[in-house]
Amino acid sequence: MYINFIYRLRSLGVPVGPGEALTLAQALLAGLHENSVDGFYYVARATLIHHEGHLDAFDRAFLAEFEGIEDVVPELTEELRNWLDEAMKERADQDEESQEYEELTAEQIEELKKQFEERLKEQTERHDGGPYWIGTGGTSRFGQGGKAKSGISTGSSGKGRGAIKVADARAYRPYRSDVVLDIRQFEVALKRLRAFVREGADEELDIERTIDATARNLGDIEIVTRPPSKPNTHVVLMADVGGSMYPYGELISRLFSATKKATHFKDLRTYYFHNCVYGEVYETDKFTDPVPIQELLRQCGPHYKLIMVGDAYMAPYELLAPMPYSAPAELRVSGLDWLTRIHQHFRRSAWLNPEPESRWRGNTIEAVDEVFDMYPMTVDGLSEAMTHLNRR
Amino acid sequence: MSLEFVEFTGTESYLTDPALEAAVRCALTLEKPLLVRGEPGTGKTLLAEAIAEATGLELITWHVKSTTRAQDGLYHYDTVQRLYDSRFGDHDVRDIREYIHMGPVGKAFQSEERVVLLIDEIDKADIEFPNDLLHELDKMRFVVSETGDEVAAKNRPIVVITSNAEKELPDAFLRRCVFHFIDFPDAELMRQIVEVHHPGVNDQLLSQALDTFYQVRELDNLRKPPSTSELVDWVTMLIAASPGSQLDKELALGSELPYLGTLLKKEQDLDSLRNRGSRFQRPRY
Repeated sequence: MYINFIYRLRSLGVPVGPGEALTLAQALLAGLHENSVDGFYYVARATLIHHEGHLDAFDRAFLAEFEGIEDVVPELTEELRNWLDEAMKERADQDEESQEYEELTAEQIEELKKQFEERLKEQTERHDGGPYWIGTGGTSRFGQGGKAKSGISTGSSGKGRGAIKVADARAYRPYRSDVVLDIRQFEVALKRLRAFVREGADEELDIERTIDATARNLGDIEIVTRPPSKPNTHVVLMADVGGSMYPYGELISRLFSATKKATHFKDLRTYYFHNCVYGEVYETDKFTDPVPIQELLRQCGPHYKLIMVGDAYMAPYELLAPMPYSAPAELRVSGLDWLTRIHQHFRRSAWLNPEPESRWRGNTIEAVDEVFDMYPMTVDGLSEAMTHLNRR
Repeated sequence: MSLEFVEFTGTESYLTDPALEAAVRCALTLEKPLLVRGEPGTGKTLLAEAIAEATGLELITWHVKSTTRAQDGLYHYDTVQRLYDSRFGDHDVRDIREYIHMGPVGKAFQSEERVVLLIDEIDKADIEFPNDLLHELDKMRFVVSETGDEVAAKNRPIVVITSNAEKELPDAFLRRCVFHFIDFPDAELMRQIVEVHHPGVNDQLLSQALDTFYQVRELDNLRKPPSTSELVDWVTMLIAASPGSQLDKELALGSELPYLGTLLKKEQDLDSLRNRGSRFQRPRY
């Protein structure tokens, strides 16, 4: 009877399978739900859901399955308006279908709002997937689940008891996380960069060799010590922020937090640039605290592993014209020359590009790709990039 | 498998809600580990103590640190002591079992009585750590490789695992657990919590502090939203600063809030609170 519910959860992107279904069946057999809807709601939630990011989907599925509420027919609420206003921010997760990068102007956003209202009038039923209707999944600009990061839904805010009321309150919306690359995936990938070296004073007891030496010494203890093992990976991470990278801000900040959490780097330096590197990079994403490239290359030897993150998508002159204008002549070289210079300095480097690979030809991305080894910012691309960085 | 219905309704000092009770019931009855997540300071660790108290079982705690390995929880073979004894001690070093010391998991398995095993802050360890424990927690047994002895749980312990919301755990691990997310306390519960810490606090002060507190938490772009302990600290300062425990000025957002440093710990957060209202500037292109 709750099998449909399981499938509805799956359609909303919650990873539930036979294991979870059986667990729930056991729980129900044992009478844990105390024969009440409320009990069922809590028992099902505890057994089927494993992450707070899925609690909201659970609430929606529960409502749709057991209340008979025709899932979400959204009204044009304040929340929705805000969401549309933030369409820029969310774009990275949405407009897979558009071939070229396009700026959403204020007029276009207005247009979107209008389209949404019109489509809302046309639409008479719920839709999951598909490129047009408002619904869940799919690539339509309107709806929730799927590629859009935040959803439109109403869900009254009434706080009452009772499972339907609790589900209807949708209290877990802020915890949703249907995203392409999560922090753990970044962490796992970055972990492959670790390398250890034994250095420093002999502080650690080498048990194997102590036993061996003791045996050779006819049982007289012969202590052998060794230096402790320390991480030996040096990493420079540079990210393009702002402008055309704006939609990927969330993704970049996820990469940065994963990198900074990683404890297996001996030295990690993170810098920001805008569009392309011209003479200096910045220590903050607000472009303050500049660090001249020469200084950076002097401090970081070729053994540092360089990870560049950016869409490499810009106007051709931004890549090819000598910059910065204010610099002395010998430093006034094009962005491409700066990139080449950096690339040549480091023994191992990789460029991670959040733009889909299908967009890499016929623009500045192609030119940058010729300088750097470029990888898409996907699970596979990330893993390939790490393998590349690890080669000697 | 015969399943025994186990009831848990909290203890005198630990208040529960229906969601938590259902989750604990599921974990106890289905004999699966209970994974508790939630913001810091929402009482994750206290839950294990409450379960132990309510069931009258012994609590064995394993505090996970960044250097903790899965092996540490099972057992430790004290090679150095054995080596030392072989030379200087009068101990019989022939029995390797003398030098095998059980870790928290091993102790829980060997215990004659059923125990509550708390694996605290599992997310602190290496990211592969939870995966390394999968088999042991599933089968409730492990083999001591030095002796070939198998340590199997005499009584299946009640396993409670806590994790901070910020770090991700592997899917395979998550699938084996009963999950509960401890909600951030709502205003009513928060009022009770503060009153436990500050009995007889001025009502007007508390109401305004709570209002502002929840408004601050609602702000976007906060790197570290204040939680229960920050609120309690802040109220402490507010009380100390107003001897008659009367407020001499409004605690409204937008005005200069006193002792903001106890509430927000990051400089960026203080900045974004001050700059609130000025719309986000698009970065230069």
